[in-house]
Amino acid sequence: MKAFTQLNGLACPIDRANIDTDAIIPKQFLKSIKRSGFGPYLFDEWRYTDHGEPGMDCSTRPLNKDFVLNQARYKGAQIMLARENFGCGSSREHAPWAIEDYGFRVIIAPSYADIFFGNCYKNGMLPIVADEAMVDKLFKECEANVGYRLSVDLPSQTVTLPSGESFGFEINATSKHNLLNGLDEIGLTLLHADEIKVFEEKHKATQPWLFA
Amino acid sequence: MLGKSVAGKTLYDKLWETHLVREDADGTCLIYIDRHLVHEVTSPQAFEGLRIAGRKPWRNSSIVANPDHNTPTKDWDKGIEDPISRLQVETLDNNIKDFGALVYFPFKHANQGIIHVIGPEQGTTLPGMTVVCGDSHTSTHGAFGALAHGIGTSEVEHVLATQTLIAKKSKRMLVDVSGKLGSGVTAKDVALAVIGKIGTAGGNGYAIEFGGEVIRALSMEGRMTICNMAIEAGARAGIIAPDEKTAAYLKGRLHAPKAADWDKAVAYWNTLKTDDDAQFDTVVTLNGADIAPQVTWGTSPEQVLPIDGCVPDPAKEMDATKRTSIENALKYMGLSANTPLEDIKLDKIFIGSCTNSRIEDLRAAAVVAKGKKVANSISLALVVPGSGMVKRQAEEEGLDKIFIEAGFEWREPGCSMCLAMNADRLSPGERCASTSNRNFEGRQGQGGRTHLVSPAMAVAAAIAGHFVDVRTV
Ligand code: SF4
Repeated sequence: MKAFTQLNGLACPIDRANIDTDAIIPKQFLKSIKRSGFGPYLFDEWRYTDHGEPGMDCSTRPLNKDFVLNQARYKGAQIMLARENFGCGSSREHAPWAIEDYGFRVIIAPSYADIFFGNCYKNGMLPIVADEAMVDKLFKECEANVGYRLSVDLPSQTVTLPSGESFGFEINATSKHNLLNGLDEIGLTLLHADEIKVFEEKHKATQPWLFA
Repeated sequence: MLGKSVAGKTLYDKLWETHLVREDADGTCLIYIDRHLVHEVTSPQAFEGLRIAGRKPWRNSSIVANPDHNTPTKDWDKGIEDPISRLQVETLDNNIKDFGALVYFPFKHANQGIIHVIGPEQGTTLPGMTVVCGDSHTSTHGAFGALAHGIGTSEVEHVLATQTLIAKKSKRMLVDVSGKLGSGVTAKDVALAVIGKIGTAGGNGYAIEFGGEVIRALSMEGRMTICNMAIEAGARAGIIAPDEKTAAYLKGRLHAPKAADWDKAVAYWNTLKTDDDAQFDTVVTLNGADIAPQVTWGTSPEQVLPIDGCVPDPAKEMDATKRTSIENALKYMGLSANTPLEDIKLDKIFIGSCTNSRIEDLRAAAVVAKGKKVANSISLALVVPGSGMVKRQAEEEGLDKIFIEAGFEWREPGCSMCLAMNADRLSPGERCASTSNRNFEGRQGQGGRTHLVSPAMAVAAAIAGHFVDVRTV
């Protein structure tokens, strides 16, 4: 998993409440055998005017010009501004996979669905909870200013606006540690690799036939 | 009191303790995994995750892999027609090619079959092991005195990369089946009777050990049937202590211990039993003599009755939630209250799945089928052996001829109509007597209606065209 410390990135406003995982990545993509490559299908039904299927070449598909992700000014955005209860619906991990694959590393919203929130950390993304008024302000400033960038600093747990104003955010110590060090669950278990090896040798000595 | 009791240890405690790598203060444990079974449906994202992170399997010799869910059961020369199914199977081929495995049987290999059938057959499931697979019916392997359970795709990746699983210890339940089974009553009937008694949530949070005279008297095949269905009772794992039958089944199998290792292994296996003074958190008892052949009437395995019963009447159910669930099940199943189970007419018959597709199951089915004919009203009666080895053995014994002469189709091995991921399925409204393990809505095809039974009961129903008590035929 990619580590996260600081990011100064372009923000993109997805202005709708209760965006569910089916909107983030429609169910037909669940038949896929992949966990990467979902980026082009992120918000598929809003982004394109045709019906998307896994494996389609998105470079030739008809775009919905009105959808924010298709506007040139938001190209290369890494910070998503979202509204309340973002990521509700099913627990599919394809949703954070798609958002991360598109290039987002940070989401700022007033609230998230539980499982989605946890899945973000598992996939190297930082979901930030900010109060309604602040999120509103970010949406307004972002829409009014082309090239609107925010600075996110995980060690000090702050987000700084272009004006220099900043606000703090909460994150639990374990998630922070794992993000800062790029540790996923597997990475964490591998911190105990020596213990596993010692166990394995002992196990092999008592039941050698298990390793034949 | 989880595992903290001063009394002796249960078999589950022993399996847990001999695989515990570390334990955190909050009870979260790291458990070492000996055997990792892999099939095509739940593994692709796990392998891709490994690739993305630049990791390798910790011990690829722990992997036993094989496609089974998507493979067709006939016209193998035509390959796999559905492109999505084909891609999943080819992806498994490529992943095993890249990362390695102890055993891999690609599509059409002579030993290919349902992963839970081939593991024991190849001697890769042994007493005292931990066994996992991205598949809930991994509980099957507990029949050998192994701690075996299903895991999710991210856990598949975790096991691939670390050879361990993050887990918490379960509570311990003993299901004790005493006495003797009547003739015509099988392991499948015991499994269904247990689920009927404790319910599909009865085993939630538990590892179930099955014991008692009836369990000891069962063959390894029968024990696998029981442990297979432990998951349908809500338990992640079912376990049966190994004994001389376990050793006899394993002796000489390809990956079973050999020479001096064999004697050491058997001596160790003999220690794998619950101590006399061990405590269980819950004990459930049944008497084998009270168990009749079972038939499910609803859309959950707990909606089950003895063959001489009648479809329940929701009006007689006082509990509102239960009443609604009976009403919903009857509506989906197209049944009316108070209908005798024997009056239920069938359209299709399925003999197969990791519950009942081993050689003993096919023998029991053939005994009933011999010299008889499938009723004209049955549109399709399938026999799908669990593996290439089972298929060959059955053909050597002439069982295939008995089935074919009776009007059954004799197919190639695979999961088949257990979950209808390949072409074998029910059409909407069709009713099937099935030896599989799940009668959920749509499980065998959209709108299909499944009744779970033993192999002998399925054949008896095929011949009569409706359910009958196999003890009377
Ligand atoms: S036979 Fe059925 S239950 Fe068994 S592994 Fe295959 S699909 Fe799952």
